[in-house]
Amino acid sequence: MPDSRLRHRFRTVARPAAMLVLLMAFQEEVLGASPSDKETWRAECGSCHVAFPANALKPNDWTLILAALDRHYGVDASLDARDLAAVAAYLQAQPGPERPGSAATLPRITTSRWFREEHGEVPQSTWQRPGVKGAANCAACHPGAESGRFDEDSIRIPK
Amino acid sequence: MQRPIVLLLTVLAASAAGAETATDLLNTYGSQPVVKGATAPVPTAAAGDRFFHARHKDWSCASCHTGDPRAEGRHAVTGKPIAPLAPAANPRRFTDFAKAEKWFKRNCNDVVGRECTASEKADVLAYLISLH
Ligand code: HEC
Ligand code: HEC
Ligand code: HEC
Repeated sequence: MPDSRLRHRFRTVARPAAMLVLLMAFQEEVLGASPSDKETWRAECGSCHVAFPANALKPNDWTLILAALDRHYGVDASLDARDLAAVAAYLQAQPGPERPGSAATLPRITTSRWFREEHGEVPQSTWQRPGVKGAANCAACHPGAESGRFDEDSIRIPK
Repeated sequence: MQRPIVLLLTVLAASAAGAETATDLLNTYGSQPVVKGATAPVPTAAAGDRFFHARHKDWSCASCHTGDPRAEGRHAVTGKPIAPLAPAANPRRFTDFAKAEKWFKRNCNDVVGRECTASEKADVLAYLISLH
């Protein structure tokens, strides 16, 4: 294929395609959830426990949870409409990998299949240690949980 | 051209972040009568002290904020640390009316099983402000 035709192809096909990908990424970043949505999520969903990462559940699980914040796993976590919209925008805009929660009216991360698989090697007694206080206390063993870091290298299990 | 905009933004930010003080909030709650037309009861730290430490259903306010509101608390279910509630120990407390209202609503529902009255909130605030 002569050089000029290749360039023409780039202009007619590749460049618009690249623009489209960029535009979609831009929409996801800017129109879907803004940095202030993220701040609202971190503050509002991180006041009673660590702000659980958006990709720990799938979007529909978050919808169920956000619809029942006044009856939230035994406590009232209700939000005003503006903060609720910001939190929803942030949690829904997260790209995969999607991890489905447990099948319940209020889905849980800690009883989901993926969570049990990832934590299969953690003995039962460890979850009950006073320094852990339950599986939902991610930060007890994942010191980077506040900033969304859960990788294996940074795990420290309290005695 | 830029100065007025900066000024406007500063003013907006200050009002959005809440420029109230704990005493402003005490005055707001303390001036709301229980019965329309009646005079509001005078808030007392002693009543707030009793309310704060009393077990209503399963929990008291102290279940998460500890028996000493000047100390760091710990969420009764999740174990997450909670910054001290008394303004003397934590100057950022009660500087934002909307934030105080949000938490009074949630925590009173959880502890007492209903929202707190303005007079109960005023008593709790009088108690928290009295701690040094
Ligand atoms: C007023 C306190 C409070 C606030 C605010 C709050 N939560 Fe929770 N949340 C809890 C409690 C208590 C639990 C139960 C923890 C347990 O059982 O160990 C919980 C549990 C959860 C769980 C299930 C964890 C598991 O076991 O898998 C999810 C998911 C969750 N919260 C999401 C959120 C989101 C999203 C927000 C923000 C909209 C939020 N929470 C705000 C108190 C709160
Ligand atoms: C008792 C300590 C403990 C608690 C609490 C805990 N984890 Fe873990 N987590 C671990 C350990 C240990 C591993 C590594 C397991 C392995 O590799 O066998 C792990 C692995 C993971 C991984 C996989 C990381 C990777 O790079 O493979 C994720 C994701 C994760 N945890 C998320 C969470 C979330 C979210 C919470 C809170 C809802 C949580 N964990 C609570 C101990 C804990
Ligand atoms: C289940 C745990 C729990 C209980 C019980 C509890 N609180 Fe709280 N409270 C919290 C958490 C979590 C916060 C917010 C954390 C933060 O702002 O650092 C909070 C914040 C507050 C605030 C917000 C103060 C401000 O303006 O910054 C007030 C007011 C408050 N609590 C009052 C009470 C009162 C009154 C009771 C008893 C009726 C009570 N709480 C019981 C967990 C609890």
